[in-house]
Amino acid sequence: MARDSAASAPGSGARAGRPVGHRSAGSRLFGQVLEGGLLHGGVQGSPVLRLFMRWVRRPLLPVMRLWRRNIQLKVVATTLLMSLGVVLLLGFVVIGQVRNGLLDAKVKASQSQATGGFTAAKQKAEEAASTNGDDGTPADGRPSQNVIQWMSELVKSLSSGGQSAFDVVTLPMGGESGSGRGPRASGTVDWAVSVPEDLRERIDGDTAAAQSYTRIVYTSDQASQPGLVIGKQVNDPNGEPYQLYYLFPLTQEEKSLSLVRGTLATAGLFVVVLLGAIAWLVVRQVVTPVRMAASIAERLSAGRLQERMKVTGEDDIARLGEAFNKMAQNLQLKISQLEDLSRMQRRFVSDVSHELRTPLTTVRMAADVIHDARVDFDPVTARSAELLADQLDRFETLLADLLEISRFDAGAAALEAEPIDLREVVRRVVSGAEPLAERKGTEIRVTGDQQPVVAEADARRVERVLRNLVVNAVEHGEGRDVVVKLAAAGGAVAVAVRDYGVGLKPGEATRVFSRFWRADPARARTTGGTGLGLSIALEDARLHGGWLQAWGEPGGGSQFRLTLPRTADEPLRGSPIPLEPTDSRRNRGLNDAGLADPAVAHGTDKPVGVPAQMSAGQAAAVSARGPITPRQATVTPTADPTALPGNGARVVPRPVSGARRQDGGPAPEAANRPDAGPEDSSRQGEASRGR
Amino acid sequence: MKGRVLVVDDDTALAEMLGIVLRGEGFEPSFVADGDKALAAFRETKPDLVLLDLMLPGRDGIEVCRLIRAESGVPIVMLTAKSDTVDVVVGLESGADDYIVKPFKPKELVARIRARLRRSEEPAPEQLAIGDLVIDVAGHSVKRDGQSIALTPLEFDLLVALARKPWQVFTREVLLEQVWGYRHAADTRLVNVHVQRLRSKVEKDPEKPEIVVTVRGVGYKAGPS
Repeated sequence: MARDSAASAPGSGARAGRPVGHRSAGSRLFGQVLEGGLLHGGVQGSPVLRLFMRWVRRPLLPVMRLWRRNIQLKVVATTLLMSLGVVLLLGFVVIGQVRNGLLDAKVKASQSQATGGFTAAKQKAEEAASTNGDDGTPADGRPSQNVIQWMSELVKSLSSGGQSAFDVVTLPMGGESGSGRGPRASGTVDWAVSVPEDLRERIDGDTAAAQSYTRIVYTSDQASQPGLVIGKQVNDPNGEPYQLYYLFPLTQEEKSLSLVRGTLATAGLFVVVLLGAIAWLVVRQVVTPVRMAASIAERLSAGRLQERMKVTGEDDIARLGEAFNKMAQNLQLKISQLEDLSRMQRRFVSDVSHELRTPLTTVRMAADVIHDARVDFDPVTARSAELLADQLDRFETLLADLLEISRFDAGAAALEAEPIDLREVVRRVVSGAEPLAERKGTEIRVTGDQQPVVAEADARRVERVLRNLVVNAVEHGEGRDVVVKLAAAGGAVAVAVRDYGVGLKPGEATRVFSRFWRADPARARTTGGTGLGLSIALEDARLHGGWLQAWGEPGGGSQFRLTLPRTADEPLRGSPIPLEPTDSRRNRGLNDAGLADPAVAHGTDKPVGVPAQMSAGQAAAVSARGPITPRQATVTPTADPTALPGNGARVVPRPVSGARRQDGGPAPEAANRPDAGPEDSSRQGEASRGR
Repeated sequence: MKGRVLVVDDDTALAEMLGIVLRGEGFEPSFVADGDKALAAFRETKPDLVLLDLMLPGRDGIEVCRLIRAESGVPIVMLTAKSDTVDVVVGLESGADDYIVKPFKPKELVARIRARLRRSEEPAPEQLAIGDLVIDVAGHSVKRDGQSIALTPLEFDLLVALARKPWQVFTREVLLEQVWGYRHAADTRLVNVHVQRLRSKVEKDPEKPEIVVTVRGVGYKAGPS
């Protein structure tokens, strides 16, 4: 337990390295638009367009990465954009209002000036008419020299009143020029351009005054300027209408307006820049502690547990820092507690090892000396000496296994991986098991050893695992052959040890790896195993990042498969050898009594049912009588290819097909096997060992 | 066969038992129980082999091993209660030729002792060359350019075993059998550590060995001669 927690600490810490990206909805949308359109080439256009997009995208990628990863940049940029928008909007409104205010005043003044002018012109015309009497109106209607003269004087007198604050233009009605009353303009105003066409038309058709904005252009080299033009139909002394225009330059107003505009622009720019700077500073206040927390969390996860955040003040950031530090403190405390515990345990194991082994060595040597001298003893003492020596052997193995297991539990087991050829190991193991096999009448066959099967592994441990498997197979093989199969594929190598002995009952494939578990407590043991062999083997496999899995069918033998990654630290994805051997009953399509009756009742997806087990047990009972086992399909735990590395015995039950005997009554075996009840079937469903 | 064995062990019962077994096998054991006195006893008795417990009062076994190795090439067999890799490797690196894990059988111990002492039987005169080394098997000397290189007997045996068949790749198991005299219960760490120690003495650059070359996944071979 202590080991599990300690081991998981660095693993979970590694997840802290994920970039912290919280996007607001707005920026997400922006990002989607940008990434979808620009960055991911989401253009459904021609290849040329796509190529162009890619070309455009490439230099943008680092910027985008910075954008995604830097919250400070995001906030500052957003603030800049938004404040720029606000300032622009504000500027337009303010400038519009100022302009309106300025122009309103000017227009009013101009209008009163013009009205005065129009009245003066009218009076002057009436005065001239009354003084000239009939003299001024020739019968033919032609404008006399007087009128022309009068008009020039009128323009001069009207414009002189303004001291070049305005200009005066007179135009004949309807644009006619034949009457001799040609256009006149004060100053050097170019009347043709300065008085807009549409205003002239309006004046032509209406007696009311009208006005328009225009640009006053001069014939001299004086620069043109914006202006207001107000015009009206006025009668000359002859009663003939003509157009009189007042042109008021707006230069002053424009100057004021541009001054206001400039001021606003400067102020807006300052506001935007300052807002950006403020945002930068404010975000920095928040981001700096967050970044510090992130970097310290990374250092914590890297094992530097003494790292702490600097906490100043009492604000939220400080609270974050305090909580963070408290967490780190507790973490450190817990880890150091666990480390102490683990160290103590290891120390204890080491001490026990030494303290127990030294006297045991003496006892062992003494026993051996006595054993060697037993021929001189009386039969009772001689037999006692033999028993003493034998049981000391057993004690010794048990002690060694116990120490090995506690070493695994303490996490003190170290892997010494180097490239080894598994064929060599298998050869040594097989030759070592040969004497036992001969006694049992078993032949050990090795297949798949044509090519080298090389993997980075700890030869000592792999040999221990395989020795265990082979010895077990021989021991439980009932004198039938044992096949050791080697294979390598992909990133994995595997050794499978297959026997044709009593096999495993449903659910036992997981339990064989339990400590001190025995298939049948009543069964006589010939080699005196400790009951820890497979547990140690499983731990050895886990240490390699490999799998050790078991498969078996009652009466059909079993197969133990060791799968190791070809290079250390490489995760396993599959095994070159299927866990269920090809010569299993189910794979050979055999069911009991050769019935081609595929699962009338059991071909469903429901997990292993009790009837199926009973039939399997029943078959085992029947087969036990005959020398040759009648083959039949049965519940076969099978390896899950997605099993986690090191997860020793991952077993998934398969739906049963055609397992029921036709003539099967109530199973006689069920009574003999009290453990084959529903509880057993539920246990088989366990995907892995709960440890 | 001469067989003076110095037993360095603080456990009196075990030491006495070792004495009984060793005498029974025709060796002449002498005992010392303290790490501090071990070196003096070694100089006094001039044993043919040292049986050394790693955990001792006073100086610990590793230190004693290092001191003895500094002045003699006498075979040292460690007795250790710890079969953990680190302990064993530290012991071997400090100069022990072999180790035996408690509890052991008397026969196993005797076999190891005999294997370590066997090499004192006179070999036939033989000259070997490997790389730029010249090995005089009978004279127990290794020379490079006339300069003698000091090797312990075990390292010498290892080098000779490799040099005799420079074309052959030796697996660690084969080396264990040939040099250490094991037939089973092989621990290849022994070979690894001693090859490292041999390399540190005979190679010009132990990082890039030219005399004892590793054959990945198989074992070792003597470099091109």
